[in-house]
Amino acid sequence: MSTVRAPAPPSPRTATRAQAPALEAAGLGYRIGSTAILRSVSLRIDPGEVVAVLGPNGSGKSTLVRLLLGLERAPEGTVRFRGEPLAPRAPAARLGLVGLLQRSPLFAGTAAANVAYGLRVRRVPRGERARRVEAALSGMGIAHLAGRDVRTLSGGEVQRVAIARATVLEPYVLLLDEPGADLDVATRRRLLGDLESAVRRGRGATLIVTHDPREAFTLADRVYVLEDGRVSQHGTPADIVADPASPFIAELTGAELVVDGRVEGVREGLVEVAMAGGTRWLAVPASDPGEWPPDAPVHVAYRPEDVALVEPGGDAASTPRNRVELTVAGLAPLGGFVRVRLAGAIPLVALVTRDGADALGLEVGGRVAAHLKAVAARAYPAGHGSVRVGLPAAGQAPGNADGVALPGRPR
Amino acid sequence: MLEALARGLGYLVSNIAGVLEIVLLSLRVSGAAVAIGLLVGLPVGVAVGVGRFPGRRLAVAAIHTGFALPPVVVGLFVYLALSRSGPLGDLRLLFTPTAMVIAQSLLAAPYVAGITLAAVQAVPESVRQQARALGADPLWALATHLREARLGLGAAVVAGFGAVISEVGAVMLVGGNVQGETRVMTTAIVLETRRGDIAAAVALGLVLLAIAFAVNIALTRLQQGPGSLARSARPAA
Repeated sequence: MSTVRAPAPPSPRTATRAQAPALEAAGLGYRIGSTAILRSVSLRIDPGEVVAVLGPNGSGKSTLVRLLLGLERAPEGTVRFRGEPLAPRAPAARLGLVGLLQRSPLFAGTAAANVAYGLRVRRVPRGERARRVEAALSGMGIAHLAGRDVRTLSGGEVQRVAIARATVLEPYVLLLDEPGADLDVATRRRLLGDLESAVRRGRGATLIVTHDPREAFTLADRVYVLEDGRVSQHGTPADIVADPASPFIAELTGAELVVDGRVEGVREGLVEVAMAGGTRWLAVPASDPGEWPPDAPVHVAYRPEDVALVEPGGDAASTPRNRVELTVAGLAPLGGFVRVRLAGAIPLVALVTRDGADALGLEVGGRVAAHLKAVAARAYPAGHGSVRVGLPAAGQAPGNADGVALPGRPR
Repeated sequence: MLEALARGLGYLVSNIAGVLEIVLLSLRVSGAAVAIGLLVGLPVGVAVGVGRFPGRRLAVAAIHTGFALPPVVVGLFVYLALSRSGPLGDLRLLFTPTAMVIAQSLLAAPYVAGITLAAVQAVPESVRQQARALGADPLWALATHLREARLGLGAAVVAGFGAVISEVGAVMLVGGNVQGETRVMTTAIVLETRRGDIAAAVALGLVLLAIAFAVNIALTRLQQGPGSLARSARPAA
């Protein structure tokens, strides 16, 4: 009997651009009734690369996964595996493209039998099978669970078995859908650590689909952000954190949003924003100057660690700093830091060191002045790339719906 | 009541040959009927359970109607079909064990199909999708799906067997309760009770109960696998 095997993956990261992408989607569209689930989604994963698709619940992730795995035919657009259109019954794609579905169900039996499943499908001889199963279980730190009935495993253990069941196949492309979902924080952190080593050890390409920015930014070389069924930004984690294309993405990268504000004008490359309570802030524009007509509503995003707290009163003239006096509404210790919730005209969140908080004598109900450098505030036209709700406003061409990387903007 | 029980046991011991003949015929007829019912009902249940085709809802409704088929009515239709003037009258099958198998198969098939359907649908579709995503072809993935449904599939066998071995209406009509030829446990119990031979009726009733019990034990073993007791004794996680 001939042995059917997946094509050998290339060696890690020596893949050249000349090679066909390991997996490539072009213009994927999908609708249920009149609701668009995916709109012209394009992405590519090169051989050996680790890529993440980051999107909130309801952004179309699960549908995208089904189409990329060929579990369902794309009604619009194409999926190519190693340059060939993905045909549901083509063995090469079936065996070289492996997916770990969200809440992947384990099959009845032992952990080892589950990990052996795909190897049986590929008719890997018994001896090699046993060796690879053992290696995969050890790789996920669960060698001791090999003989256990899967019904007796904890949630974290189940997910480790599910990951081992996929990685043991050493596929050309491994697709992981929400590998860390439904786990408690500590279990999840340990799992992701082991997952990262497993992914980096493997020679194939990996696509991680997740709602968790930490998963995407720590595991992936490149990240696609999926919003409302379309790719709203794409780049390296560093690029996206430095220059989030929408307020939503800014929030994903840990920024906080101040929603209220209207454009007063553009001055020396900064947007002047009239904030609630009569204050005027300066912020870095997050898109072209043409999009800043006077009186247009804007969102301002900032990172809590960029907010400096000082004694109230005193000099308010330092121009490049945005300033507002607020009331301390809440104090939450966070390691060596204190997260300060501030209420007032412009509600803010600040992250200050514990020493700093002590020196200021911060207490709930007390007054404090918050400073934010203009370069640490980013202004987004309201409605651009929609914040959590609804469809993107018509006419606001995002210019990136086809998955092309946004050019880095001068900062 | 207790006295009847004692007399029944006495009858069982003293008339073991006669009782055995009836019991064996019952098992043969109902066993064959369930086998045929499985042959038809299992594929139909699986197809309707996992398939996507027009008319699927109608098929589900038809199967559920089959659950409620009164044995007497099925017996009546088979009787009409097999009677001298019926369309299959030339086969001269009426009042033979074959006729009884035909009638009970018609009762067993919807049972098996219905319980198979429920068992197959109880397995989340993600099982088959995950199997496919690990490289299984559609047939292999379906086998994986059915393996996850094996508890329910075992139940289909037992429920089908339980339904036909205990029914009396159909076998009475098409078998005729001819001694030594088509007399099975249920028809014999009816006859003996009517004749006032309570001991014989109770004896057969006890055997029927014992068979039901044995089949259920077998099913439990089948579902949980050997050593299931040892495994459940170990603490989880």
